Formats: sequence, structure tokens, C-alpha cells
Amino acid sequence: MIYVILFFEFFKVGLFAIGGGLVTVPFLFDLSEKYSWFTAKELADMIAVSESTPGPLGVNMATFAGFRAAGIPGGIVATLGLVFPSLVVMILIAKMMDKYSCNTRVQRALDGIRPAVIALILSAGIEIARMAVVDLKAVIALVVFLLVIHFGKRGPIFYLALSAVAGIVFKI
Amino acid sequence: MRQLFNLFQLFFRIGLFTFGGGYAMLPLLQGELVKKRGWATDEELLDLYSIGQCTPGIIAVNVATVIGYRRAGVPGACFATLGIVMPSLIIILLIASVLTQFMYNRYVAYAFGGVRICVVALILNVIYGLWRKSIKDYFCAGVFIGALVLLLVFNLSAVWVVIAAGAAGYWLRGAAAK
Repeated sequence: MIYVILFFEFFKVGLFAIGGGLVTVPFLFDLSEKYSWFTAKELADMIAVSESTPGPLGVNMATFAGFRAAGIPGGIVATLGLVFPSLVVMILIAKMMDKYSCNTRVQRALDGIRPAVIALILSAGIEIARMAVVDLKAVIALVVFLLVIHFGKRGPIFYLALSAVAGIVFKI
Repeated sequence: MRQLFNLFQLFFRIGLFTFGGGYAMLPLLQGELVKKRGWATDEELLDLYSIGQCTPGIIAVNVATVIGYRRAGVPGACFATLGIVMPSLIIILLIASVLTQFMYNRYVAYAFGGVRICVVALILNVIYGLWRKSIKDYFCAGVFIGALVLLLVFNLSAVWVVIAAGAAGYWLRGAAAK
């Protein structure tokens, strides 16, 4: 029974959280008040853990919350509930996109949206930088990474692994 | 079947190396989809993000679903989505159940310190490339700066920024075309 409630509650989060991981946070706070699955303080810890583990933030939060509520099966059910609305809505939208993407009106709107999305990406980068680039050592590391990435020929995963090693060696 | 497994594997890898949400995933997607495989162009990736931003659900999942669907229909969408979700599921369940002290380990913290800075550098690098390719005229530069001000100074929700930029493109580009 708890699994049905978990699936349904996270289905709602997935359906109404428009705009990515951190948007799920207020919904999860509501859940902490409605059920005794986890407290608001545990939720704050959860956000910290989600931010420094791999995977999309929203998915991490759902897995963690579901686990707290009903163990490992709870984590799986909550994650599936969260993802399900995306799956359905995005398949429908992908079908529509194939039909309308050549439409000149849609093209004009997308012309305006593309530069705005670049701004969105930059603001996400600034958000992470606020958390990560806190001292002189971090600034130097950022400049070095920028140069290595810009002039290097490897894929992003290589640099991410390298940066984890660099973090341990230089105690960033 | 093999294509479905490939999709799962690709998004599993992307999910495993995404630190810090959907936008941090963009450099990985660009590397794998645009540069390595040629499945999508930079513009298509930006369009996917704008749609992922304005539709229900987590942006990273939304983008994975559409790319999976394009490659292999509904089964492709399902496998791509499972792939992007699976690393989170495994890692978070491990941390929550067995490795409760994992996050407080000194060396883990140092490694994440390095990774976060690398994510910032990867994002800046992608933006530099996208800027040179996509900001072609004063209109684009204006929308870019306007969107940035709305986001950073006025803290406007990203959904509204995308809608406003779409309206600006629709009206202003339309006027220019006439």
C-alpha cells in the first residue's frame, strides 16, 4: 500500500515540477509535512548529498526520499513515479516536434529561445561556481581546468575523472 | 535490441558522470551526441533543453526521453530514461543504506571539490562554443543579455524566461522578416 502512495505522490511531483531538479524541493517539503517519511532537516541533508553525487538532482532526491519512506523498494518505486510523467509527456511532445519543427512560426520562436537557453546554462554554471569556487586555490584550479579543457582533445568524462584525482592530490 | 542496449549504456554513462543537475549534463551530451556520434546538432540540443525546461519533470530525464524516442521509438525512450536514472538509483541507495559515512570522508570531499570546479569549467567551455555558433546578431545578443539579467538580477523562473524569449523571437523575428 505504501508503494502505491509513494508512486502516486512522486508521480505528482514529476508532473508539476516544471523546470528541473531544484524545483522538486518545495514539493518534497510538502511531502515531509504530509507524511512522516522524513523530516525537513533530513530533507536539507538530502539536498546536500544529492548535489555532490552523480545523477540528476531530482532523481537523487526521489530515490533518497523513497528509501527513507519504505526501504530499497520504496526508492525504486518513488523514482519510477517521478520519471513516468516525463516519459509520457516527452514522447507526445517528440511526436509533435517532428510534425511542427519545420513550421516557420515555430522556427522564429526557437530563434529567440536558443540564446535564452545559453543564458540559462550560464546561470546554472554560475550557481555551481558559487558553491565550488570559494578560495584562491579554487580560482587557480578553474583557470587550469579551462585551459586544459579548451586546448585538450578528450571527452568530458576524462576531465571529470582527472579533476577528482586533482581534487584529492591538491586538496581542493 | 542492440540499439536499445546501446542507448541504455550511453545514458547510464551520462547519468553516472552528471554532477549537479540537468545543465551540468550538457557538456556530456554535447560530447557524446554531437561530437562523437553526430546524432544531433548543437541547435537541436538547445531546443531540447528549452522544451525540457518548460515541460513537467526533471530536465535531464526529459532530454534523455526525447533522444531515446528519436533513435528507437517508445522502447528507445524507455531504455534511455532507465539508463539515466539507474546510476542515481544504485548510488543513492548504497549511500543511504550502507555507506552512510561516505559523504563525510575527507578524500571524497576533496574529490568532489575538484569535480565541481571541473563542471564549472566544462559548462563555461560549452557556452564559449555555443556563443560563437548561435549568437550571430544583435537580436541574439540582446535576448542572451536580457535573459541573463532576468535570471540573475530578478530571479525570474526559467520557465518564464523561455516563454518570454520565444515570444520575443516570434514577434521581432516576424517583424524583421516582413
